[in-house]
Amino acid sequence: MSELTLNAIRLGLLVLLWAFVFSVAGALRADLYGTRVVSRTSRPGESRRSGSRRRRGPTHLTVVAGSMRGTSVPLSEGGLLIGRNPECSLVLSDDFASGRHLRILPGEDGAWYAEDLGSTNGTYVDNQRILRPTRLGPGSQVRIGQTVLELQR
Amino acid sequence: MSTVTSVRPPTGRTTELVLLLFAVGIVVLAYINVDVAVTGEVPPDLLVHGLGLLGVALAFHLVLRWRASYADPLLLPIATLLNGLGLVMIHRIDLGEGRDLTSGVAGRQLLWTALAVAIAAAALILVRDHRLLRRYTFLAMATGLVLLLLPMLPIIGQEQFGSRLWIAIGPFSMQPGELAKIALAIFFAGYLVSTRDALSLVGKRVLFLQLPRGRDLGPILAAWLISLLILVGQRDLGSSLLFFGLFVAMLYIATERVSWIVIGLTLFLGGALLAWQLFSHVQVRVNLWLDPFSPDASSDQVARGLMGMAHGGMAGTGLGQGYPFETYLANSDYIIASFGEELGLVGVFSIILLYALLVERGLRTAIGAREGFGKLLAAGLSFAIALQCFVVIGGITRVIPLTGLTTPFMSAGGSSLLANWVILALLLRISDHARRPAPDGTERPRRRATATTTAPATATGGDR
Repeated sequence: MSELTLNAIRLGLLVLLWAFVFSVAGALRADLYGTRVVSRTSRPGESRRSGSRRRRGPTHLTVVAGSMRGTSVPLSEGGLLIGRNPECSLVLSDDFASGRHLRILPGEDGAWYAEDLGSTNGTYVDNQRILRPTRLGPGSQVRIGQTVLELQR
Repeated sequence: MSTVTSVRPPTGRTTELVLLLFAVGIVVLAYINVDVAVTGEVPPDLLVHGLGLLGVALAFHLVLRWRASYADPLLLPIATLLNGLGLVMIHRIDLGEGRDLTSGVAGRQLLWTALAVAIAAAALILVRDHRLLRRYTFLAMATGLVLLLLPMLPIIGQEQFGSRLWIAIGPFSMQPGELAKIALAIFFAGYLVSTRDALSLVGKRVLFLQLPRGRDLGPILAAWLISLLILVGQRDLGSSLLFFGLFVAMLYIATERVSWIVIGLTLFLGGALLAWQLFSHVQVRVNLWLDPFSPDASSDQVARGLMGMAHGGMAGTGLGQGYPFETYLANSDYIIASFGEELGLVGVFSIILLYALLVERGLRTAIGAREGFGKLLAAGLSFAIALQCFVVIGGITRVIPLTGLTTPFMSAGGSSLLANWVILALLLRISDHARRPAPDGTERPRRRATATTTAPATATGGDR
């Protein structure tokens, strides 16, 4: 085969190798440029319907004390499961936490409620052991063993 | 350790399929290029190799669709391309040394690829959840150490090229150290996840370093001693470096304390100086590194590799048109130099980038993993690949002294291929777990709990 064909194949191969590298890089651009941020302020017509009550409320659950201090998970309408089991939304590495320890749920009134799921060592909201779903006010501290959680904006 | 959450990811299996076909296409083109350049005609066995690789890759893709549908979509195409390019270069060296497909190394390598992928797929199917591996933490340690020390046994141990790395049972020979890497990564992850609090929180603060307690130094000293033992017993710098580097890196990832890196590097420098003074083979390697073109150099491998890469220049001579087979081990340890000659700097950089992307995916998996064991295991395995690439490519390009390690996925040799595909399977398993939407996430609307709900059972029933 002619020299020309060979050179075309040779250069084509290099071009394709780089095309592959760039298509892989393109596929992972979400990692390179960060995840897409969706604006929380919805369009005027929709905003009154749902979520507007809580728009000013807390959006994150943050660990403020304990071995996982600084970890934060976004609150979700479906509720958050907290415990030592790996399938929990927030997996605690705290010896006093039960596998499925606590649930953070939205209530009808727009506030967030903490519900103990029958844990062994109990959950304390503002130093009171909770027996029923308890409303979390601004600055309420939820304590599980050594870990203290707080709702934050 | 924190969790990074993001929007629910698409599974990405279609992306994977497209990239996989792209990768196999590149390999087929490279294969045609080799044969057209060497023999002047399109190879008759193109179908065997092309379809073989395609079949193997597609089979693994289907296993992923079946058993790990959320696994990272980029790992498999990258590994397939690297493996395929390795096959092409091995085939090219076969042709250069006058072997055809039946007697050559490439055919055997294709068989090894098929076997390695089959075992990796089996690993993926059997290990439904990587956290099961945590139960076997200390079993993994024992396995790893036995595998590492196996070549030092009298009858089955074998010495080749001055290193005692192989075991031979009947006609089969293998390098158990490659598999030891995986076992040790599992052990380190399991061990560190349970001890990292003691290792990271306790200790005195000296200047800006938080130094650990004396008793917590035990494990790192043990790792150091074992890696020196490997160096002495097997005269193998590569595995010794890999073993110690893996441990220090995982210790750092687990504890986030810079002091461990400082301690590790100090121990490494001490060990390196000691080894250099005590062992002649280390001195030989260092001298070859400092002056490969010296007239009384003990080996001209490094020099030949450098000459080959210089011959290739920027764009390379083209596959099949250089003389990479002039270097010893041109199809295994020195395969990067072969690519340097025939694909040039441009080609080698794309290969290095492929490795970088592979490692990036592994580390991204570690960031996304929701529990400590998977995080550490993914980070450790990807770091092992990165370190191995650095040691091999750095040795060939004379950045560091040359030590014998295989180039992941590319080098001829079954044990290395097998180990790397199993590593890939583990990374895929962890990434499947990391990217799968959380079971109690927002994917389906659930009945809102009211403030008066008191019975826990009714509120928790929904997220099973």
